[in-house]
Amino acid sequence: MLLKIEKRPEASQLMVYATPIFALILTILTGSFLFHFLGVDPVEGLRNFFIKPIDNTYGATELLVKATPLILCAIGLSVGFRANVWNIGAEGQLTMGAIFGGGVFVYFHDVDSVFLLPMMIVMGAIGGALWAAIPAFLKTRFNANEILTSLMLVYVALLVLSLLVHGSWRDPDGFNFPESRLFSDSATMPILIEGTRLHFGTIIALFAVLGTWIMLSKTLIGFQVKVIGAAPKAGGYAGFSQKKIIWFSLLFGGAMAGLAGVSEVSGPVGQLLPSISPGYGFTAIIVAFLGRLHPVGIIFAGLLMALTYLGGETAQINLGLPVAVTGVFQGMVLFYLLACDVLVNFRIRFTLFGRAAS
Amino acid sequence: MTGYEWIIPVILTVITAATPLVFAGIGELVTEKSGVLNLGIEGMMLVGAVTAFVTATVTGNYFLAVIAAAGAGAFMAFLFGILTLSLMANQVATGLALTLFGVGISALIGQDFVGQPVQAIPKVDIAGLSDLPVVGQILFGQDPLVYLSFIMAIGVSWFLYKTKAGLILRAVGDSHDSAHSIGYSVVTIRYLAVMFGGAMSGIGGAYLSLIYTPMWAENMTSGRGWIALALIVFATWKPSLVIVGAYMFGGITILQLHAQAAGFDVPSQILSMLPYVATIVVLVIISKDESRIRKHAPACIGKIFHPAS
Amino acid sequence: MSDTGSSTSSQHPRLELKGITKAYPGVLANDHIDLKVLPGEIHALLGENGAGKSTLVKIIYGALKADAGTIRWNGNLIDIANPHAARKLGIGMIFQHFSLFEAMTVTENIALSMPGRQNMAKLSKRIVEISENYGLPLQPNRHVHTLSVGEKQRIEIVRCLLQNPKLLIMDEPTSVLTPQEADKMFLTLRRLSEEGVSILYISHKLDEIKALCHKATILRGGKYISECDPTVETAKSLAEMMIGTDLKAPKHDNTKERGQVRLKVHNLNMDSNDQFGVNLNLINFEVRSGEILGIAGVAGNGQVELLEALSGEALCKIPEAILFENKPIGDLGPSQRRKQGIAFVPEDRLGHGSVPEMSLVENAFLSAYGQKQLISNGFIDTKKTKQFAKEIVENFDVRTSGVSHAANSLSGGNLQKFIVGREMLQDPQLIIIAHPTWGVDAGAAASIHQAIIDLAAKGTAVLVVSQDLDELFAISNRMAVIAEGRLSVGRSVQELSIEEIGLLMGGTSKSDSQKEFESVA
Repeated sequence: MLLKIEKRPEASQLMVYATPIFALILTILTGSFLFHFLGVDPVEGLRNFFIKPIDNTYGATELLVKATPLILCAIGLSVGFRANVWNIGAEGQLTMGAIFGGGVFVYFHDVDSVFLLPMMIVMGAIGGALWAAIPAFLKTRFNANEILTSLMLVYVALLVLSLLVHGSWRDPDGFNFPESRLFSDSATMPILIEGTRLHFGTIIALFAVLGTWIMLSKTLIGFQVKVIGAAPKAGGYAGFSQKKIIWFSLLFGGAMAGLAGVSEVSGPVGQLLPSISPGYGFTAIIVAFLGRLHPVGIIFAGLLMALTYLGGETAQINLGLPVAVTGVFQGMVLFYLLACDVLVNFRIRFTLFGRAAS
Repeated sequence: MTGYEWIIPVILTVITAATPLVFAGIGELVTEKSGVLNLGIEGMMLVGAVTAFVTATVTGNYFLAVIAAAGAGAFMAFLFGILTLSLMANQVATGLALTLFGVGISALIGQDFVGQPVQAIPKVDIAGLSDLPVVGQILFGQDPLVYLSFIMAIGVSWFLYKTKAGLILRAVGDSHDSAHSIGYSVVTIRYLAVMFGGAMSGIGGAYLSLIYTPMWAENMTSGRGWIALALIVFATWKPSLVIVGAYMFGGITILQLHAQAAGFDVPSQILSMLPYVATIVVLVIISKDESRIRKHAPACIGKIFHPAS
Repeated sequence: MSDTGSSTSSQHPRLELKGITKAYPGVLANDHIDLKVLPGEIHALLGENGAGKSTLVKIIYGALKADAGTIRWNGNLIDIANPHAARKLGIGMIFQHFSLFEAMTVTENIALSMPGRQNMAKLSKRIVEISENYGLPLQPNRHVHTLSVGEKQRIEIVRCLLQNPKLLIMDEPTSVLTPQEADKMFLTLRRLSEEGVSILYISHKLDEIKALCHKATILRGGKYISECDPTVETAKSLAEMMIGTDLKAPKHDNTKERGQVRLKVHNLNMDSNDQFGVNLNLINFEVRSGEILGIAGVAGNGQVELLEALSGEALCKIPEAILFENKPIGDLGPSQRRKQGIAFVPEDRLGHGSVPEMSLVENAFLSAYGQKQLISNGFIDTKKTKQFAKEIVENFDVRTSGVSHAANSLSGGNLQKFIVGREMLQDPQLIIIAHPTWGVDAGAAASIHQAIIDLAAKGTAVLVVSQDLDELFAISNRMAVIAEGRLSVGRSVQELSIEEIGLLMGGTSKSDSQKEFESVA
């Protein structure tokens, strides 16, 4: 028997939709082994990880709360990835969004105005976009690799946040903890369902998804993003500017991540802390790929990855599993997805050695 | 007191800060020379670091710990190889996946070991030589891995430019189609190069958890894997310059630590930013000359090879 | 030992294939092919693009594995597992696309195909010896990217000769050479043949085969058609065996009056973006309404740079260097030039002229959205775009199962027709076409040629850049030659001979051609 990988005459549309599901199944299978290895009954482990967290209304809303920043970051990254612009610094842009948005409150904390929150949201988007503008500038002007620059800026952004909450933005009545003031009501995202943490940021995320979908499928700039990513020379031939697309996709990605940041600090977090995100900006990379860089796919992928966060917490509480299992699951999903993706462009055939396959 | 004693401990700490970068950089250099871009160094270093730490804690055998770290790094790289070389997945995305996976799995493996101390690998002590003034400790009083890092760098340089196998490896990175059509197994050669890169990253990680800061902490590489990637661009794919770059970054890291310790009136966060900002600055300076990068970068880097076409 | 070896082998054909079959998904590339090559014979393998020649020689060279069939070498049944094994037997191959490493030296390139460790100094010496011996001058320490195409081919040949081959396979070797360079290479091949080396010569150029080869095997559509003696066949009879039906030459009226000047290029200088590229040097020419100007030349002499300058993918410092209908356009980008009524068909169908993974609808939109007004109120008008794609498919006979299929699902000929159609249906005043029928089957090539001629007849100015001299002679009114970034004076096709063009293609040779280039400036 021989395993043969053959190029398909045309990419399989079926496989485009099927491989994320294959990846999920493989992850669950491997996850079962992992649970077994960690001394937990696989069925019990999987139940605690994937079902328990959302078998009640509060859990379901928590899923949306966690999915919101993931979807926002991923939708922004997906535009870049489509254009072959590898912004992997969403975590830093998210942090900068939180700093800019939160900064508005820090300076206007005594202002009680309906304009405060909108102002914070806008500044959050601007902060994220500005942070992403650095790699865009360095890429277009100096040809510096955006993967490395955007990643380095994550560390810088986290240090900036740490500097601020340890320094001038520290709550004067906060017993010297490195935290800002708690955000006032007018600086906090409205709660959508009473008694839960589901907040207005989720609505913003949905609009971002819808807008991005229209942009990618119906507008010239979206078309340009896709062409530049798939065949840059064809883009040049059509007269599309690669530099413009680099700027556009980084600014867009940065703004989305910035929105995620401000919606976190003015939502579930409620203040500026040294650490405001459990790696949403990095997990969003997985969300973007798992969602096939498609807005609708990203919603599903965002929910799934949000579930791994909740699952990790539930499994920790109920089964005493280490919370790091979450990261392993996330990494595994992406691994399996990339592996299964071979099926989109290739088909695998088993042939008897030396004989023509009929 | 002759006035220069203070400089010896500084040089010694620069060496410890630079060595993990030398390992990771030299390994990735070989990988990239074969035409593969593996962005998963950070993940492979973390897995190497945790493997080394756990092995050292459990067995007390440092030699075994370093070997295990190399093996773990090579295994991670092997996974990367399966995806990118056999299943033809995008190298950039797979490298990111490797890092994300490495962060998760290392945290899982190491969760019971956080905060435990381990005795750092002892330094070499050559009777007579190590006690020489000034140069004694620097040249003859290092830990064995520092010497190994130099041996590896020189060895890789010799391998790449003086041996037939090295010529073949570079040829595969220059044109995989040509190499394939004259009969070389591109995929096998790349597997070997990628796994060598993984093993080196693993040892680089081991250096962090056994020597640089003898302990295990989640994400303890804090971006060194990415800095190693930038180093290769800085070095324009030359082994000797990888060492120069690694010591430069090591110097910046240490400078920043010493400045913090000396109580400079600058917030520690600003100083901590230095290595990252320096990486960006260096990258910008080097990349500015696009033609120079294109001239030195292996022509096939990051491209997918499908032999049947 | 060696004596008996050679005497037994002389009784057998050097290479004998029986029933070689190889299938790819959807195509039978080789369908029970037989082939016999005698010692010292120059044997032509003749066939169109897609006839299965390349697949067959890759099987002989061990680069592909046949699904069925047998290979005999000097009478012995053998299995050629890989190219190393082939080389060990004494089979050498010169690929159409060179198997060279650009960043390495000549010696390093050759060492890579030699078994075991090599002493580089000794190897360099042998390279010089062999290359002088066979009239193939080479400098062993030069880096490949600094060499001309002809020199690169010499590396390939010397690389084979160093291993004392018994059989040399050459895949379209003259496609990259000037006629004069080709003649020189033939001398080398004849000498090798006299020394007893068999040569399997793959080509679709009939004159060459008649001049050089002792025997010819003809393939068509993956099948063995016949074996013949090319010296007694006529070019016409060979062509008929190769193509199957007789092809009509494009209808062409060369007497018509030409209209006003549409495109005028005046003292165009441009430095290449590519470190291995060619700089354009004082290019001058004009194309009139209704006229087809052909630009010939060996690949890598500035064609890419000239096309980029004309399309706007590279911008000129002096806008007046390119005038379209007397307006300077040198500083305009591709979209703005299109708006003026210029259309372009680039050389590379997949990835330049089209986005491979995108549908035909999206690819129709790619370059036509402005001219065809496919955007309304800021949104892409999908319906209208789809209609336009269908129009192209219908008018240009593009064979596809639907416009929603990806560009890379089409065959080369059909995709080329699609791209040519997309550009022509935008009713351009000027169309610039690079290598219109490169790698396209004969049927599609004929229809593309006819479309070009028809478009010119309607008053469009046409500029065709091609390496295929037959093509240019068939469709152009005037021709010019580009060599080392300089363009010769355009001359009427009737006044030109292949020999003259060949000399011009040689570029800076000390012949009259030098004057041709100088007189331009």
